[in-house]
Amino acid sequence: MKKNEIPQDPSALDKFTKEVCYAVDDKGEYTTGLSRGWQVKADALGITLDEAHNRTVNAREKVASGEASPILFFMELNMMDLPIVAAYTGFWQWTIKRHLKPSVFKELSDKKLAKYAEIFDVSVEELRNFSPENWQV
Amino acid sequence: MKLDFEHIQSAHCENGVTANLLRHAGITQINEPLAFGIGSGIFYIHIPFMIVNGGPAISFRTMPGYIFSRTCSALGVKVVRKQFSSRQKAQKFLDECLERGQPAGCQVGVYYLTYFPKEFRFHFNAHNLVVYGKEGDTYLVSDPVMETVTTISAHDLERVRFAQGALAPKGQLYYPLHVNQAVSDERIKRAIIKGIKHASWFMTETPVPILGVNGIKFTASRIRKWRENLGVRKAGLYLAQLVRMGEEIGTGGAGFRFVYAAFLQQAHAYVPKDELLDVSKDFTAIGDLWRNSSVQASGIYKGRITEQQDFNVMSDMLYEIADKEKAAFQKLYKIKW
Repeated sequence: MKKNEIPQDPSALDKFTKEVCYAVDDKGEYTTGLSRGWQVKADALGITLDEAHNRTVNAREKVASGEASPILFFMELNMMDLPIVAAYTGFWQWTIKRHLKPSVFKELSDKKLAKYAEIFDVSVEELRNFSPENWQV
Repeated sequence: MKLDFEHIQSAHCENGVTANLLRHAGITQINEPLAFGIGSGIFYIHIPFMIVNGGPAISFRTMPGYIFSRTCSALGVKVVRKQFSSRQKAQKFLDECLERGQPAGCQVGVYYLTYFPKEFRFHFNAHNLVVYGKEGDTYLVSDPVMETVTTISAHDLERVRFAQGALAPKGQLYYPLHVNQAVSDERIKRAIIKGIKHASWFMTETPVPILGVNGIKFTASRIRKWRENLGVRKAGLYLAQLVRMGEEIGTGGAGFRFVYAAFLQQAHAYVPKDELLDVSKDFTAIGDLWRNSSVQASGIYKGRITEQQDFNVMSDMLYEIADKEKAAFQKLYKIKW
């Protein structure tokens, strides 16, 4: 890549920082330049986030229809899978699977809910009295 | 308290932390490409049957911590590296380092890293930054992928140092045990040779089908099957993951190949072997090929080109890259030092 070919496409990086790229100058010497972003990778990030968004919307529908507990919604909202939730909460994966059932979820103690609330950045109250329509995703 | 620490932005986080900490310790020759090359950061692995963030487990970088450890060891610098079981102890040790005037490198998870915008916060636990001061309850942070220094609250820093999941940092903290002592150019020269030998051996000589250039071929062979096995949308997501591993912020772009080319060019100043300049040019060309393959992949995940033929083209591009990398690394491997 030549220095004048360093991509300068608008992307989510604009909210954050410019990034360093290594490229060659006219004499073939390596140098660095700053990039605003590159459409190709902005698209890669975009479809990954779209996928996460779709999963969250599906999870919200499942919670609304009583198929799953609010934990599923917050897992998807936080892009977490079972191993990650297990690592953060200290519950076994099969325990978490049980907590995904609305009937089991209803019986959970505040102490257990507090563990979920902490990693999802919500209050125990919000978790217990979850109302799907309050969560725009 | 604010330590005197020079923040130099870099393409990759661990390179930057390594270079900035070593410069602070008085080894002024070190910069990002040298740290990357001496630490043999160049790498490729594709772990089959493992899913990370909903895509294939591919990495263009070596295990977290290796670049720092290898660079220091090659330069004869002792390293302090600690993990903690208790959050209080982890913070206490960090505070003690700062009081002694020692900036400390920390491995952190990105998901709860508050100064990252939402779009870049994934469950990725191998990010690195330097803490160089504390004011009240706020830590001063030099995050090498950012243009300027930043800050983070004590609570948030604790949270990211104890992020959980794959590669959990467990509060990992590290710094070189080396104060204001220069290192000779001869020592750098030997370190460069060691780094090149290790990387060229690893990329071409390891008889494991998922590592090094064999790993790239493995990915290429998988891509041919993705469309049929996963469907177009999911195959697109997998390709997007491949592109992000090689191009996303903090990776240096083109899977670090340009950084490596820059390293070889700098290495020539210490070890005047003309092969180094040749291979540097090869890697510039290989980096461009990686970029072209990303463009091809983006055509697929954007839905412009979705036939099996397009996946085959993508696959062939990676086969070509693997062959060129093999040739380039073998040139390095055969240099008579």
